[in-house]
Amino acid sequence: MKHPKEEELIAYHDGDAAGREMIATHVRDCPECQVELARIDALLAALNTIPVPEPGEDYGQRVWQQIAPRLPEKRAHWWDFLFSEPKTVPWFAPRRGVAAGAIAALVLAAFIAGRLSKPNGPDAPIAVDTSKVRERILVMAVGEHLGRSEMVLVELANSGPQIPGQKQVNISGEQRRAEDLLEENRLYRQTALEQGDSALAGVLDELERVLLDVAHSPQQVTPVQLEGIRQRIEARGILFKVRVVGKELQERGESGRTPTQPSSSAKNERNKV
Amino acid sequence: MGDLTATPKSCLMNRMRLSVETTIESDAIAVERTLAGDRDAFRILVERHSRNVYRLAYRMTGNQQDAEEVVQEAFLRAYQKLSQFASRANFGTWVYRIAANYAIDRMRKRKSEDSNRALPARETEDGAEMDLMSMVPDGAPSPERLAQSGQLAVQMRRALRELTPAERTAFVMRHWGGSGIEEIADALDSSASAAKNTVFRSVQKLRKALEPFVEQRGQARAMGTEL
Repeated sequence: MKHPKEEELIAYHDGDAAGREMIATHVRDCPECQVELARIDALLAALNTIPVPEPGEDYGQRVWQQIAPRLPEKRAHWWDFLFSEPKTVPWFAPRRGVAAGAIAALVLAAFIAGRLSKPNGPDAPIAVDTSKVRERILVMAVGEHLGRSEMVLVELANSGPQIPGQKQVNISGEQRRAEDLLEENRLYRQTALEQGDSALAGVLDELERVLLDVAHSPQQVTPVQLEGIRQRIEARGILFKVRVVGKELQERGESGRTPTQPSSSAKNERNKV
Repeated sequence: MGDLTATPKSCLMNRMRLSVETTIESDAIAVERTLAGDRDAFRILVERHSRNVYRLAYRMTGNQQDAEEVVQEAFLRAYQKLSQFASRANFGTWVYRIAANYAIDRMRKRKSEDSNRALPARETEDGAEMDLMSMVPDGAPSPERLAQSGQLAVQMRRALRELTPAERTAFVMRHWGGSGIEEIADALDSSASAAKNTVFRSVQKLRKALEPFVEQRGQARAMGTEL
């Protein structure tokens, strides 16, 4: 076989040349091509040494802060105003402030009350429609909250040293999101408790302890500390519970069930969680 | 829904283990939630993939400020086009490609602006673009001095700058990003064979520009005289 062309040798070096076996056989027996291949390898190895300035551990957060105000809304529903911060507040701040949370809690109260009431009298159809709307809003709000919580827990379950032997793991992103979620979680839990939905309150209570644990951890943790956090999450089985309840709320949100329909037994089911 | 508190702990732990998501699965959840209107979910994707995109952007543009702009624009575009993203694909690879596309547009635009301001654009014999940087008198120190003073990195940056935007993109994606030819072709908006050719041309140019220095460094190392 005659010497492979330069482009064939480069492609061979990159691992994608056609006729690899033939080239490999040739190179094995051809000192000239071995030198050529070694040169290509040395050049690419040298280019790998060009340093890239390290943007910093918090680079992702900085990118987010810069682009967040420029992101267009994906959807705009009439109830969105209940759950979003005023435009003057940077939206990367805790998404649901106290005022929005209080309104959400009031709506939750109305929702739970609506679920417990039975329609009677001539106004009944209107009452049912109202509770249906309330239910959908609340189901979406709590479902979203559980979905975001789930993501934080999944992130923690997957995080770890990026390089073998790394002594510190940065969990500042998860920690900050846990802080954001805590306030919202408290409002939902208290309202659920006041309204007697003990199962939902129970799951939210357990979630709150885990979020608290994460929020109070240092930004940089050792792999051993991280493992400790993971084990506490695992011991509570909270991720699984959050998923089950979140999924149920999501299904109900999508099907738009009303309290008067048979599926309202879901609350009793959840009480077993 | 069953009574979860009554479930044996070991069973719950097994379920937990089974349900731990891989990064890609977790990205897929975040994409889904973003599409459902939850912008917070997009934040996770930005925080997770920014550094990787930055490394690509820096290698393509050669400076920090441009690289940061490329990263921001890539994520803005990804957000706008998210509905076109196939959920089974890898979000990291997808946003990487968007960044490469934007970086190449940006480099071409800048080159065109520069050429309008200064010298007329030139083309090489095969019709490929010719970077005006290559026309600037070199003024570089001699190879001996470069090799001996350990400034090979300076020379390598110079050689990379002298590649056309398409060549630089192809080289960075292939050799630093580990992208396949199809992916590079997509970013360059060209055929696979043209992309393959561009990768080859980039390596060929770099060899021509750098091999003397790389070899000198190798010799200096062997003799223990490298500073």
